[in-house]
Formats: sequence, structure tokens, C-alpha cells
Amino acid sequence: MIDDRTLAQHNLTREEYDLVVRLIDKEPGPTELGIFSVMWSEHCGYKSSRVHLKQLPTAGPRVIQGPGENAGVLDIGDGWAVVFKIESHNHPSFLEPYQGAATGVGGILRDIFTMGARPIAVMDSLRFGPLDNPRNRSIMEGVVSGIAGYGNAFGVPTVGGEVFFHECYALNPLVNVFCLGLARKDRIFYAKAEGVGNKVLYVGAKTGRDGIHGATMASAEFGTETEQKRPNVQVGDPFTEKLLLEACLEVMEKGLIVGIQDMGAAGLTCSTTEMAAKAGTGLAVDLDRVPQREADMTPYEIMLSESQERMLLVAAPRNVAAVQAVFAKWDLDAPVIGEVVPGGRLTATFQGETVVDVPVRAVVDLCPAYRRPSRPPIKTGKTRPLPDLPVPADGTDILRRLLASPAIADKEWVFRQYDHMVQLNTVVLPGADAAVLRLKDGRRPLKKGLALTLDGNGGYVRLDPRTGAKIALAEACRNLACVGGRPIGVTNCLNFGNPEKPEVMWQFEETVAGLAEACRAFGIPVTGGNVSFYNETEGQAVYPTPVIGVVGVVEDIRRTVGPGFKAPGDTVILLGETKDDRGGTEYLRLVHGLEGDAPPAIDLEAEKLVQEVCLEAAERGWLRSAHDLSEGGLAVALAECACHAARRTGCVVDLADGLRTDALLFGESQSRIVVTTTKARLRALLALARRKGVRASAIGRTGGRDIVIRQQGREVVRLAVVEALRIWKAGLPNALRTKP
Amino acid sequence: MKFGVVQFPGSNCDWDTFNVLQNVMKQETVMLWHKDHDLEGVDCVVLPGGFSYGDYLRSGAIARFSPLMREVKGFARRGGLVLGICNGFQVLLEMGLLPGAMLRNKDLKFLCQHVHIRIENAGTAFTRAGRMGQVLRVPIAHFDGNYYAPPRTRDALARRRQVVFRYCDANGAVTDEANVNGSLDAIAGVVNEAGNVMGLMPHPERASEAALGSTNGRVIFASLIQTLSRRKAGAGRKTKGRR
Repeated sequence: MIDDRTLAQHNLTREEYDLVVRLIDKEPGPTELGIFSVMWSEHCGYKSSRVHLKQLPTAGPRVIQGPGENAGVLDIGDGWAVVFKIESHNHPSFLEPYQGAATGVGGILRDIFTMGARPIAVMDSLRFGPLDNPRNRSIMEGVVSGIAGYGNAFGVPTVGGEVFFHECYALNPLVNVFCLGLARKDRIFYAKAEGVGNKVLYVGAKTGRDGIHGATMASAEFGTETEQKRPNVQVGDPFTEKLLLEACLEVMEKGLIVGIQDMGAAGLTCSTTEMAAKAGTGLAVDLDRVPQREADMTPYEIMLSESQERMLLVAAPRNVAAVQAVFAKWDLDAPVIGEVVPGGRLTATFQGETVVDVPVRAVVDLCPAYRRPSRPPIKTGKTRPLPDLPVPADGTDILRRLLASPAIADKEWVFRQYDHMVQLNTVVLPGADAAVLRLKDGRRPLKKGLALTLDGNGGYVRLDPRTGAKIALAEACRNLACVGGRPIGVTNCLNFGNPEKPEVMWQFEETVAGLAEACRAFGIPVTGGNVSFYNETEGQAVYPTPVIGVVGVVEDIRRTVGPGFKAPGDTVILLGETKDDRGGTEYLRLVHGLEGDAPPAIDLEAEKLVQEVCLEAAERGWLRSAHDLSEGGLAVALAECACHAARRTGCVVDLADGLRTDALLFGESQSRIVVTTTKARLRALLALARRKGVRASAIGRTGGRDIVIRQQGREVVRLAVVEALRIWKAGLPNALRTKP
Repeated sequence: MKFGVVQFPGSNCDWDTFNVLQNVMKQETVMLWHKDHDLEGVDCVVLPGGFSYGDYLRSGAIARFSPLMREVKGFARRGGLVLGICNGFQVLLEMGLLPGAMLRNKDLKFLCQHVHIRIENAGTAFTRAGRMGQVLRVPIAHFDGNYYAPPRTRDALARRRQVVFRYCDANGAVTDEANVNGSLDAIAGVVNEAGNVMGLMPHPERASEAALGSTNGRVIFASLIQTLSRRKAGAGRKTKGRR
């Protein structure tokens, strides 16, 4: 009889253990127990989320591969496909920020190139505690340099992302990494161990003791003993990963392999069982043949190690020598460690003894799924209805404070540490609404390009998960619309607290429902993603934080639009309507120390129409600039347009609305975009908006040295562009106490 | 003209450089594998950017032991044109083909951004298509680009006009603020005494297409093409003369 302590160490319940015994028809040996422990962890088995994720739409005419593989695959035409996914590396990044973030990048890169795609872009969504705390600053510095250290050396550009700050992320920083790769549509590779008699090759770095039980660690709350878990974090080697990339793509190009799977979470265990389960075969592996970095490793350690930069390949016996020759060219090991066998079982031998003999289906497909109890949280403290707040007299000073706040301030300090240009595709550099990449067909640039963005707002989701999730997707699509990209697919990273708590589960259910509704409204499929539960340390959970990645197509890359004002004398137009939406805003948090009672409302149909106007105008070449209104509202958006202008260009706008001035300037009503156009195009643009039933107000003109905002003729903001630029650029370096 | 781009394990601007030479500058271009011993008759060798051998030990320190680099050394001694970009510059320093060394950037951070550089010597094989004092807008992307040389070398570089580029502001003024990585005398690129080997930290291949924001980097490639066609023309005349 297994004791409670061993069960607890393996993060399995007594019921789950009994199920294992029934499924494999014996008491599991130590290595077998380890296998079930990781594969049935929340991280690998999606125990608490699976039943809910089914609601997400996953089909569509462009879908080549939906959820269930290493990454989703969409057809973008001209014979090309995009392969993309987002993954969290939250827990490791808290324990060891540099390596945690670096290996997060390494892991997602392998997910992409294991499918035959060359990674062409990375984006990161990061959340930290407030920067007045030195520990939070050090976590942020470590995470950013870890992402840079890995991505830069590997040679993939980090082209965008987002960074937010809130107390709830202090002990639970969020590090979500997105990667997109490009592949020939007919050359996608899958994680299948097909063909009995085919050989199983182990390629890449040697196996060490690092990262054992990383997946299990990510499936539990942290207490105060987290320091002891540091050895569970892996160490990244981007150089080996780069060699692995080139060698893998070369054996794929030469048609030498039939299946491939990266060794990420749960290492050799996950790759062997999943590859066999997908093909309906079995695998027999000899653990003595696994290249080892350390002496005296046990079979348990070899099977559960999460050492980085490793892959498992399946090749026909006649191609083994050719595969090994390619890996030798790139100075990498590629020993045969086993064979595909009939019967659906994974067997592993170690020093002549069989240490694993389990049916792969039990490991991969029969992990229990739970519909955990859920209950809406009781509204407390900061979520009370808004009190009667005085309207601040000085809009200019609030604008200054918002521009200086790390969440809104320029993120150049972050993205200039990332090589965002390598591969020569980055048409729109980081800092705009969305990244834009050109595509090259072999060597020749195509007319078509890609637009990418990540978006999420935990503050909104906490106030109303369903609405918050809808906003996250709507805003991501809006970001694409601003650069002229039409959304084609979604990936998501759902960061939540402990799912065994009914309030957290309720947040999760509502979020998934909202996301599903929004994806349906936009008609775009979810092709994969990641759920990260247990973002909870010492009882404090993160705000429910879905991070949404949306990929879009820009039909004509030359028509790409940026956020910056282009020239003086253009007309400034506000698309969409401004209401009293102060709940959950940066303004409320920064100026009044409140979070509000409800996030801004969202009407998905109205949202789509606003985006349609922006897209059509962009595609017709009518727009000089376009910028989404988000954190900080209209005033911040106008200031950002001025800051992004190549030649310092201010604006003078006059708003006719009789709304409270703070709501007008800093409210975060959704479905709004500020665009500029020339006199020649103004009439056509307004007519287009009228046809679509979208409110388009010509609110003023670009030009001058100041950002001037009037409400019904009364000046409520006047800030010199040079000053706005200085404050906005210095915000983050000042908060980090470093030089700009 | 035939260009050869050297591929080390860990090079990651190899194909970018190749594409610009072949498709933008329209030159015959080949990839040269670090384990080979043959330069395939190229007229100019380009060492591209990236992280050769992971930049472990020191940036560029291990690449110089690649078999191909023995050939490159001989090629350079015979007067062959060698251009090192970013990591390629670091490799040339480690090989001793160029004087000086690289330190970590002054703020101890990787820096990727557009910078301005000023042509300090328009008489070199690498800059003859440009003007003295011309300001180029070209991106950098490096961790170890803080150029250093001991005082005697520094004086010699100045005396022999071996400093080819300096970091400057948009108007061409060399300021502390514009010298983002803290290089000695704001040095961004140097040439060897013989004038046939140059290294620079900025990436001219990233500033060669209008779609990516700047075409200023083409000056360097255009200069190389001019130099090579003059050499060929010169060689042709000599042959004729001898006849």
C-alpha cells in the first residue's frame, strides 16, 4: 500500500492512484509512478480545464491543425502556413527569473520547429509586481534579460508583447511567450511514432538532473519554501537549440523522418508516450542509451528530467545513418534509443531490467478530467461601486502621471534588449499597436504580410471575467485593425489561481465562456494555447489573466499603418463612442487608488463595425495613422500618437461630449480608434463610417507643438509634445531606477 | 563579383547578409561552411553577425579556430577583402586581424536599436561610395560592442586613419549620448593597416531595403563592389599592359 507522503510528493490523490492501478493492472513501480505523476499533473493533463475548453471554436477554413498538437497551424495562402502558440513559464520565472524566462522561450521555439516551421517571431506578455519594490525590479530585469539572452542568440526576433504591473503579480509574475513559425503548407510534421520497426532517435543536449518534476511543480501553489524548488528550474542553452533547429529542419527537408516531438515538460516521458498514443503504437526504449550529462542517474530521473534542447525523432531504419550524418554536421548526438513496437505499450529497460511497462493510452488519454465546483466571489473591498468622485481640475497633470506610469510609459527599455530585427522581416518595430512582418517566399518578399499582437487586462477580468475576456480578444483584433491586419486565428494563455478554489474555477469558466463568445463573433478559431493554474503564492492568487494572441494577415504590406501622427494639418477622427467607463481604468487606480466595480462594457457587433471601418480605410490607403484607445483612454492615446510621430507633431482637438471630463479624457470605453487622414480623404472616410453605422467624429487637427484637448471649447489639457515624450520615455527607466 | 558569407554554428545573420548581397545588391553570393577548407574563389569574405559558438567564453573567441578561418587569414594576408559585421567584427578582433577588443556595453544590457554613424574615412575600400562626414542610419544589435584599444593602438588608429565609423547623433555630432555602448572615442568600425579588412558593429544588411526603414547600409556593399570592379579593371589593364 502506497503511503500518503509518496502520493503527496507525486501530487496525486488516492483516487487517482487507485485509477492508475486499475488502468495498468498492477501497483506502479517508482518510475511508472513518476510517469503518471507528471502526465496526470494539471500542467500536462489539463484535468481542471479540459471540460471547459471544449467550448472554444476550433474549426475554420484556414485550420490545418487545431489544438492537440505542439502548436496550431493555419493556411495563409500561396502554399505557406503559420504555426503558432503561446506558453506560460510563470512558476520557473519566479524562482529563477533569468533561466525561467530563457527556457520559456526555448520551450516554445521547440514547439514550433518540431512541426517543421522556422520560428520567425516571438512576443512576450509579462506581468510583475509594482516596481517600487526592489524584488519586483530584480525579477523584471532577470526575466527581460533571460528572454533576450535566449531569443537573441537563437536568432529569432522578439517583435512585440506587453508588460503590466500589479501587486497581485508580485509573488506570481506571469511570463507568457508566444512564437510563430513559417512552414510550407504541405510539409508539416507531427508527433507520431508511426511504423512498427522504425527507430527512435534521441537528439540534442544530454540528459541531466535539471527540471525533474517541473510540470508537477507548476501544478501546485507555492508556499514559503519556494527557494528549495530552485533546482526544479532548467538551464537554457540557446546555442544548442540553434544547432538543433538547423539539424531538425534539415532532416525534415530531406524527408528522413516520419515523426518528431520535442522534450518539454515531462521530458522523455511525455515525448515517448504522446508519440506512441497518437500513432496507436508502442515504444520500447533502452534508457542506458540515453546520453547522460551526470553520473549514476536513475531511470526515474532519466524519464522525468526536463533538460532543455532535446528532441525525439522516429525514422525508418534505412534513414538512420543519414539522420545521424546531419546531426553530426551540426555537432549533435543522435543515438538510437529504441524502436516502434506494436501493442500500445511503453516499455523501458535500464541495466537489463524492465523499469516501465505501461499502456500509453492510460498515461496520455485517460487522465481524469474534473468539473470542479465553482462559485462567484463575493464582491469585496476594492470592487465596491464607484463612490461619488470629484472631477479633477487639472487634466494635464493627470495625463503626465499616466504617461509616466510603467504600465503606459514607453517600453523601449524592454524591447531594445531584444533583437527585434534579425531575419529582416520586421516592418513595424515594437511599440506600435501590433507587430507587422513581411513574408519572403524563399528570398523574394511577398506582397502579403503578417500582423501579430498579444493582449490581456487582468484588472478587467477580475471585475467581470466574461466581459474582460471578450475585451481581451476584441482589443487584440483592434490592435491588428490599427496596422491593417485581418485576424485569422487565436492562441491563448489562461493564467489563474488554484482551480480547487471555487471562486477561481468560476473565474475560469466565465473567462472561457467569454472568449468562446468573442471568437465566434469574430469568426476566428482558437488553434491552441496553454492553461496555467496555481499562480498562487502564500494564499495570494493572481488576477485571472487570460492573454490572447491573435495572428492576422495584411494583404498589402505597403499599406501598413502606424500609430504616429504623420504631418501637421491632418484631420483627427475618433471612431466609436465615449461613455462613462471609469471602472477598472489606469486612471482610477493611479489617481484614486480604486479598481472600480465593473470593467468597460463591450458590444462585439459594434466593435466589429469599428474595426471594419479602420481596416477598409487602411486597405484603401486612406489612413495616415491609426491607434487603439486602451489604458489611459483618449488623452493618453493622443499623446502616444504625438510621441510616435517621426517629427514632433502635436494636435488640437475639441470634444463635443458633455461627459464628466475625467471619463472623457481617461475613461476606457471600448471599440474606439483614433485615426488621422488628409483633407482629400476625409469625406470618403466619414461616408464609409456612416455606411457601416459607426460614429466617426472629426475632433480636430494635427499640428503645433502641444497636445491640446478642449471640451466644448474649454481647454482641459495642454501638454508640450517634447515634455510628453520626455515623461513617456523616462517612465519605465525611472521606475526601474536605471538610466533611460 | 563573388561574395562568400561564412557560416559558423550559431551565426544568425548569415542568410540576412546573403539575401542582401544576392537579391538587393545583385551579386553572386555563396555560403562558406566553417568546417571546409575552401573559399571557392570568392572576391570578398563576409563574416556575418550572430552568436558563433554561442559566444561562450568570449564573443567570437572560439570561431577563430574553425578550419575555414585559416584560409580566411591567408586570404586577408594576400590582400583579399574581408568584412566583419557585429559578431564577425568580434571574430576579426579575436583573430588579431584587427586591433582592439570588445567590452560589454556600458549599461551592461543588450542593445538593439537604430543608431547614427559617421564616415570618418571615405577613402577605404569599404566606404569609397560614401562621403567623408556622411551620416548613416543603421541598426545595432549586440551585447559586447564597447570597443576598446590600449593607448598606443588608439594613437596608431588615429594616425593611420583606421577609424572608419564613429557613433554620432542625427546631425553628425559625436556625443556621449549617441555613443550608446560606450566605445572608446565612439568607434563603431575600424580597418586594418593594409586597408583590406574592416569590422563594424552596426548591421549594414539591416539597412539595405526601404521596406525595413533605411537603405543607408548599402553604401558599404556598394563600396566593396566598386573596389572589386576597380581591382578587376586594374588587373585587366595590367594583363593587357604586359602583353
